[in-house]
Amino acid sequence: MTEIRPGLDFDHVTVHEVSRHFGRRRAVSRVSFVAARGTIIGLLGPNGAGKSTLLAMLATLLRPSAGSIQYGRLQATDAPPELRARIGVLGHDLFLYPELTARENLAFFAALYGQHDAEQTARAALERAGLADRGDDPVAGFSRGMRQRVALERALIHNPRLALLDEPFTGLDEASTMALVSRLRGLRESGAAIVLATHDLDIADGLLDEAIFLREGRMVQSLSRPEGLRSAYRHAMTVQSRS
Amino acid sequence: MMRVAWLILRKDLTVEVRSMEIVYTTLFFAVSCVLVFAFALVREGRAPEDGAAGILWIAVMFAGNLALGRTFERERQSETLRALLLGPAPRPAVYVGKLLGILALLFGAELLLVPLVALLFQARLLAHPFWLIAILATGTIGFAAVGTLFAAMLIRARSRDVLLPVLLYPVTVPVIIAGVRGTAALLQPELDGGIVRFWVALLVCFDVVFVTLALWTFEPVMTD
Amino acid sequence: MPKWFFPAAIVCGVLFAASPFVVANAPFEADLGLVQKIFYYHMPSAWMFLIASIVCGVASVRFLATGDYRHDRTALAAGELIVLFGLLTLVTGPLWARRSWGTFWIWDARTTASLVSWMIACAYLILRRYGGPGSEKLAAGLALFGMANVPFIYISVNYWRTIHPPTTVVPTLPFSLGFPLWFCVISFLLLFVVLLKLRIRVEEQQARVDALYLALDERS
Repeated sequence: MTEIRPGLDFDHVTVHEVSRHFGRRRAVSRVSFVAARGTIIGLLGPNGAGKSTLLAMLATLLRPSAGSIQYGRLQATDAPPELRARIGVLGHDLFLYPELTARENLAFFAALYGQHDAEQTARAALERAGLADRGDDPVAGFSRGMRQRVALERALIHNPRLALLDEPFTGLDEASTMALVSRLRGLRESGAAIVLATHDLDIADGLLDEAIFLREGRMVQSLSRPEGLRSAYRHAMTVQSRS
Repeated sequence: MMRVAWLILRKDLTVEVRSMEIVYTTLFFAVSCVLVFAFALVREGRAPEDGAAGILWIAVMFAGNLALGRTFERERQSETLRALLLGPAPRPAVYVGKLLGILALLFGAELLLVPLVALLFQARLLAHPFWLIAILATGTIGFAAVGTLFAAMLIRARSRDVLLPVLLYPVTVPVIIAGVRGTAALLQPELDGGIVRFWVALLVCFDVVFVTLALWTFEPVMTD
Repeated sequence: MPKWFFPAAIVCGVLFAASPFVVANAPFEADLGLVQKIFYYHMPSAWMFLIASIVCGVASVRFLATGDYRHDRTALAAGELIVLFGLLTLVTGPLWARRSWGTFWIWDARTTASLVSWMIACAYLILRRYGGPGSEKLAAGLALFGMANVPFIYISVNYWRTIHPPTTVVPTLPFSLGFPLWFCVISFLLLFVVLLKLRIRVEEQQARVDALYLALDERS
């Protein structure tokens, strides 16, 4: 684990009335929620709803045009670079170097995040991904599902307090999906806060502690411990105003 | 911060060694450049006065432009530059790591180009090796410092391939002037130490100012 | 528009309308005759070129430091004026040079440094135009580098021959030659300010329209 100053540890992430626009286009409009440790929050909505933009802001890559994001008591704008050691991101584009092997990718990012024994950490991560036997093959030769598994381990290699996942279930087969779901559950048990964006409602069903429905950047509904996500989604998407 | 820069450099070298794509294409391009100039400028077997110095630097800058584009194109696939910016190290460390990689490549190219140009244009480039190294080193650092920042800046812009030279060449005019005139001074039969020292000093100032500026502006221009 | 704008624009127009007469009435200079009179437009253009560069550079730094888009608008307007006045300078200069030095262009310190700075300004506009969304910050970075570069460009080019008349010529001009010069300088300065304000205004209106679109979007 990287050495972290006590002030940088956080129990929850507060998103308050956050908006972001690009020129004339509003990508996210006044979204608020709290992501606490040991919970999985789902951002649900069609393409272009603002899920990726919101995740980018939570990852400190984008600044909100309005509103604030707080990590514990620390404002995102005051945050030092070390805060990023507590955040793990799985992007849509996987963030893997295709020319490097799976082990090299994991070892590189482990070292980048200051893990003491990068090689050992990489090996353990490979085991968790179930790819120990393919560790020395370049990632370029992997199937989408395998790359996703490596990418997930890369995102979590430094045991982040906040895990942000953008469409993690895309292109996964049944087995991989089940593996990912149980990995996420395990992560939740270990006390991470997880925010995941997806439009796969069947998988999200039963996994989420809170579901936030986004449409055109706006939060149309937010449900705690949701069940029957499909009908809830349909209902939320036809609602005209915020509830 | 230097630890992270070193990590990134090592990673880039590892990736490059796998395919050697950027190294081979850049070197080959640099050599072709020199040949094109030879055909364009050499008359009756003699190059124009000071021609060798100019040709050397132009080849370095053209090849450098290409290498910069290709290096950052690689980081654009899979958005790995984003992943680097998400790391806990201060973001300028990413800049330094990339800069070191480009410098390694350009110094390698110069190792090849200097003897080649000296040979083809009967230029006594190697007469004063210490000064030559000083000029090449400081000039290349200046060019690469600005180039790495601009190439990183443009990674998500449209028309980035053509915008890089459009932005880079006017801003690195002092480098090419100092580099060419300094190198040309080394080719004179009588070495005027004062002139060479002046150009090296100018390049050192340029390097200090622009590396500092790049370190300051890297984070603001890379985040929104 | 601020109160001073229309009076300033009118005065500017009047001054420019009067300037050919003022310039024509100035005495002929001994060696060069009529052509020397281009100087009365060339020098003020050069000064406005310099002033616009400083405004653009400072605005860009403030934009990078604060992220306030007002500075970005100022930088854009000033950037366009650098290109405009630079073009004027680079065209009137050679016209004069042809008669007084015998050649359209010489590679001395000031002319070359001006040309390179002008090209950096053109690159600035190209980047803003073709760089896609988010290019404002990148352009500000370029402007900062361009500004920091000026001493280096000047010093490095300075090692070549300098034929440009030294700046000390200006204070020693006799009144008959000095008056038309200052007259034109004031006209150009007013022109610069009027154009700058006008351009910033256009950008401000654009930003306001965008904000309205956003608010409308919010409401629905």
